[in-house]
Amino acid sequence: MAWDLRKKVAIIGAAETDTVGAIPNITQLGLHGQAARNAIKDAGIDKSQIDGLACAGESVVAVADYLDIQPRYVDGTSVGGSSFMIHVAHAVAALEAGYCNYVLITHGESGRSRVGRGGFGGGAATLGGQFEAPWGILGPPNTFTIPIVAHMTKYGTTEEQLASVAVATRQWATKNPRAMMRDPITIEDVLNSRLIAWPVHLLECCLVTDGGGALILTTADRARDFAKPPIYILGTGEGAENMMISTMHDFTESLAFNRAATRAFQQAGIERSDVDHLMLYDAFAHTPLYGLEALGFVKPGESGPWFAAMNSAPGGTLPINTNGGGLSYTHTGMYGMFALQESVRQLRGEAAAQVPDVKISVAHGPAGFFAASGTVIMTNQA
Amino acid sequence: MSAPRGKPLPQPTPETAPYWEGCKAHELRLQFCNDCQAFFFYPRIFCPRCLSENVEWKPVSGKGTLHTYVISARPAPGFENDVPYTIAIVKLDEGPHLMTNIVGVEQKPENLPAGLPVEVVFEDVSDTISLPKFQPAGAGRNA
Ligand SMILES: [Zn+2]
Repeated sequence: MAWDLRKKVAIIGAAETDTVGAIPNITQLGLHGQAARNAIKDAGIDKSQIDGLACAGESVVAVADYLDIQPRYVDGTSVGGSSFMIHVAHAVAALEAGYCNYVLITHGESGRSRVGRGGFGGGAATLGGQFEAPWGILGPPNTFTIPIVAHMTKYGTTEEQLASVAVATRQWATKNPRAMMRDPITIEDVLNSRLIAWPVHLLECCLVTDGGGALILTTADRARDFAKPPIYILGTGEGAENMMISTMHDFTESLAFNRAATRAFQQAGIERSDVDHLMLYDAFAHTPLYGLEALGFVKPGESGPWFAAMNSAPGGTLPINTNGGGLSYTHTGMYGMFALQESVRQLRGEAAAQVPDVKISVAHGPAGFFAASGTVIMTNQA
Repeated sequence: MSAPRGKPLPQPTPETAPYWEGCKAHELRLQFCNDCQAFFFYPRIFCPRCLSENVEWKPVSGKGTLHTYVISARPAPGFENDVPYTIAIVKLDEGPHLMTNIVGVEQKPENLPAGLPVEVVFEDVSDTISLPKFQPAGAGRNA
């Protein structure tokens, strides 16, 4: 019998960098720092209280040094864009076990300007160097997208259904002044945009931006002493499956998604119908399809028609990616932090496109293409 | 316009060298677990299902089916003259699946239905490396 971790830990600070988009004058490490400072100010916490630190993309020690803090709990889990969901999961356990009292989770990425960041690793002798690179993979646009045709083949998912994800997400972005892409688009606009890697078009690919975000978590008893109402963690899950896209077990579903989603809902002890708001990391138009199915909101194969019915759009049955998502808001590379930030804003009532009466929000995403995954379920109800 | 850079070439390791030696000989060879009685891919020091070291290299048929793919309209460095090109997952008749390119056919979705029977064809890209690619079965060796 697992420990009951529901509402034992809460988010007390949440903030992004001053701006997102193009930030050519700040290094990647500096973006971690700015996000952290903003989260510290948001919580109204003294920096000296922070004794736990987690981050991805930079060394956790480098971030500690930059902020001049000396944590006694560190989590350098760096599996890709949803590492931050996993950091939240680990922080819940660490805080409940008393390893530390306040955990700061940071993200900063100079994905667009590439200031002060190292190159991608991976040489010719790695598995990817031997079994993927020789066939012309360019990175996410023609690699992360390879599973889509398997989903189309098995379930009849169509190009128009995929395009509808981008259209619905853009509808949310029109309501968010910080979003990079704010002009409404149609299915035809998406399908007529430049072909990147059939069946994927430009408007079905995420943006490439600079930015960051940070969260501060503490135990529920301490959480009441800070500036903002606590956002309680109800459930978390994580999973890992395939190092390379070509080693997925079944290209119509992500086993990492399934693991993460299943445990998060088991831990939270809620029904899907209890969820008011959902963030599904959208690196490309298809990742929300895979996410919606893994989380159990629809049966496998039903996500295409579901999105085409505009259920996720403003006025729909389940608001999804209300910040405008990775497709239209911002996407630094490891976008998961921004999904968590929007969940917190919706639960606080601070979102640019606020959904009324959000009590439970879920943030879920992939990491390292479909390599790994993290899920966090949050509530503003004590 | 500058000449394209070279394409990335695999660098075999002690674990994968027999695979690449097979490709050089234009024979697709995979590891077979004598305990599971099944092939697996990519090469490892043991069977990923049962962790048995009772594995051996065996030739496979080189036949399979097209499972999923993209047709890349944008080139990776070195692939400037190849666009559009198909990056595919082929399921081998013996079970495992691998990434490859589909060649010997115009790169259009209507020519590439999922389930299309394909067969291996080797492309000699250096003195030591030949890459396994796949073409529609019976299309002739014109890669
Ligand atoms: Zn075995």
